[in-house]
Amino acid sequence: MRSFTRAVIGTAAVALLATACTGTSNAPQADDDATKDVTITFWHGWSAPSEVAAIDANVKAFEAKHPNIHVKVVGNINDDKIKQALRAGGASAPDVVSSFTTDNVGSFCSSSVFSDLKPFLDKSGIDLDKTFPKPLQDYTQYEGKRCTLPLLNDAYGLYYNKTAFRAAGISAPPKTLSEFDAVAKKLTKVKGDSYSQLGFMPNFHGYESTATHFAALWNPAYFTPDGKSNLAKDPAFAAMLTWQKRLVEQLGGFAKLEKYRATFGDEFGAKNPFHTGQVAMTMDGEWRLGMARDAGVKFEIGVAPFPVPDEQADSYGKGYLSGTVIGIAGTSQKQNAAWELVKFMTTDTDAVVSFANAIHNVPSTLEAIKSPKLAADENFKVFLDIAQHPKSNTTPASPNGGAYQLTLQDFGYAHEAGKVTDLAAGLAKTDAQIDKDLAQTK
Amino acid sequence: MTSLRQKHRRETLRTLAFLSPWLIGVSVFFLYPLVSTVYFSFMKYDGFRPPTWNGLQNWQYVFTSYPFFWPALRNTLWLVIVMVALRVLFGLGIGLLITKVKTGAGFFRTAFYLPYLAPPVAATMAFAFLLNPGTGPVNSILRSIGLPQPGWFNDPSWSKPALTMLALWGIGDLMVIFMASLLDVPKEQYEAASLDGAGAWQRFRFVTLPNISPIVLFAVVTGVIQTMQYYTQPLVAGKVASGVIGGAGQQFEPGYPDKSTLTLPQLVYHLGFQRFDTGGASVIALVLFALAMVFTAFLLRSMSERSAA
Repeated sequence: MRSFTRAVIGTAAVALLATACTGTSNAPQADDDATKDVTITFWHGWSAPSEVAAIDANVKAFEAKHPNIHVKVVGNINDDKIKQALRAGGASAPDVVSSFTTDNVGSFCSSSVFSDLKPFLDKSGIDLDKTFPKPLQDYTQYEGKRCTLPLLNDAYGLYYNKTAFRAAGISAPPKTLSEFDAVAKKLTKVKGDSYSQLGFMPNFHGYESTATHFAALWNPAYFTPDGKSNLAKDPAFAAMLTWQKRLVEQLGGFAKLEKYRATFGDEFGAKNPFHTGQVAMTMDGEWRLGMARDAGVKFEIGVAPFPVPDEQADSYGKGYLSGTVIGIAGTSQKQNAAWELVKFMTTDTDAVVSFANAIHNVPSTLEAIKSPKLAADENFKVFLDIAQHPKSNTTPASPNGGAYQLTLQDFGYAHEAGKVTDLAAGLAKTDAQIDKDLAQTK
Repeated sequence: MTSLRQKHRRETLRTLAFLSPWLIGVSVFFLYPLVSTVYFSFMKYDGFRPPTWNGLQNWQYVFTSYPFFWPALRNTLWLVIVMVALRVLFGLGIGLLITKVKTGAGFFRTAFYLPYLAPPVAATMAFAFLLNPGTGPVNSILRSIGLPQPGWFNDPSWSKPALTMLALWGIGDLMVIFMASLLDVPKEQYEAASLDGAGAWQRFRFVTLPNISPIVLFAVVTGVIQTMQYYTQPLVAGKVASGVIGGAGQQFEPGYPDKSTLTLPQLVYHLGFQRFDTGGASVIALVLFALAMVFTAFLLRSMSERSAA
């Protein structure tokens, strides 16, 4: 028995020593020669055949310009896979990584999982202010550390069913939220205890109707300058939640809307409720145009900036911005070669424009947005304008990813369901929660 | 004397050699992870930078500040108590039914076993489709016969019962085990009981149950451990019902709706692999481990006390 105890203690000690060694080595900054023959691995999240073809075409164009750099492309990668792979490192880990969400930029930069791009930008003489719009520069760095660059941009606006508008006698899209509420009610047709057509789905589970997307209409400040959560102090959040809840009540109430929401098809499938006519207006990104076309919708689609709060009517035209980001894995031993690909994909105007054209995203550079080669019809131009609007904004990076957004969203669920009696106190409590989560991460 | 000692040493080495696969297995797959988990529960570690000591902060955060922990613990306990009990009762019931069926037993055995073979993700998606409150056939049938239609996976008060229904649907494994044990009960005991005038219930109570009690205990203990590790079904059900299944960049907060399908294993993944908080995830893993130990020890002790009495 004693020897068994000794064996257990011995094993535990070995395990502890082994564990203590885990992750203690920082990967050295690579000094590879980007002019020599090299193969780099590039991970991205696109999976639809047309998108994969578009990115392959872009990579081929890069290889034509850099015959010595070969790119192994791996698609359909989400952020969870990226994190696990970059933690594990090793020979199969990627050199260049793109992510669909800006929410994780804070954790990517603060944990050094992505390399600092400043030395590369300096080396190539790239002036960020002359290359990328300001909000895109903001969401690709964290506390001054730039570990990613924008690779195409997403802008959010209002999609509306022009046919339904005409049937209801509405001639133009609403510009302020009070006009929007009136139009949403006018377009809502009740059928039994449900709807045959809903003007707008305001519930926070209604796909892109998230708390952060709505809040962008008020240009909020999520954090104080010293990094504390600012939800209770910035009146934008209370205003957003109050407006949203009032609209929920005006359109039939939370429970009835939730039941109707359960009848919706997948957001990214052909049966998206906007495609099927179940909702007459929706907040969505520019990609919806291509998806709606592919789904063969029967009605005429209208696009406009999302309406703004009445007291900010002069800021009409703005919207929430987000996008795909790209960076170099901290573990990569071929960082100079990897930088060549990142530089090409993010700053080469032709590359950015052709990729944007192929996957119907907003280009991410100032030059590309103005490029005559950009295939932009009237509807798409709306999103280009939103992307360039000085008041368009985004959600800030945070070291624990988008945890603060989920906490706000969580509070939004309770509020819309009528479980919050004191909005100000609830927001203060949410602030405290976000601060605790941040303290645990920092 | 020396030769005796040598012989004893040889015996020990031989024993250790035979035991070595187990010793290696238990060290690599049990002791090492366990000790590492304890170690990381006191460390700040994001998987990239070297771990640093932070004392009880992870424990404090999980127990006092992490808003998902207590709902997940409550849900896990609910599932352990309700789902395990119902699974054992239902599995035993189906086993009894099938052993009594005179004709077509093979058909029923197959019919009840087949769902068990469905992969958990596919089975959960099928259930989410069937139980869709707006478009699912289950609610259509309920509507047509004038009964109320629950929100199932979209309603916090119905999501766990819906998960329980899914678990009962895939009862095939337990049914087979119970069937085998029921067929193993000596026929003479039933005959003796019948001669003594025992009715069906008394035969079950005094003949069947004592004979199959070790199997019931096995079913309960493995059921508790399985339910403690319940991950795939609640996660998939929550994702499908909330509609957040498409975008690679979409964030999904586990537990939809209203944290009602959160389970502790989901939090281990959420904290450890999505929030980079290995320390917090280790704390939850240890809580799970401790709970499983307590439940199992309690069940085994109560069973041994009963058989001693």
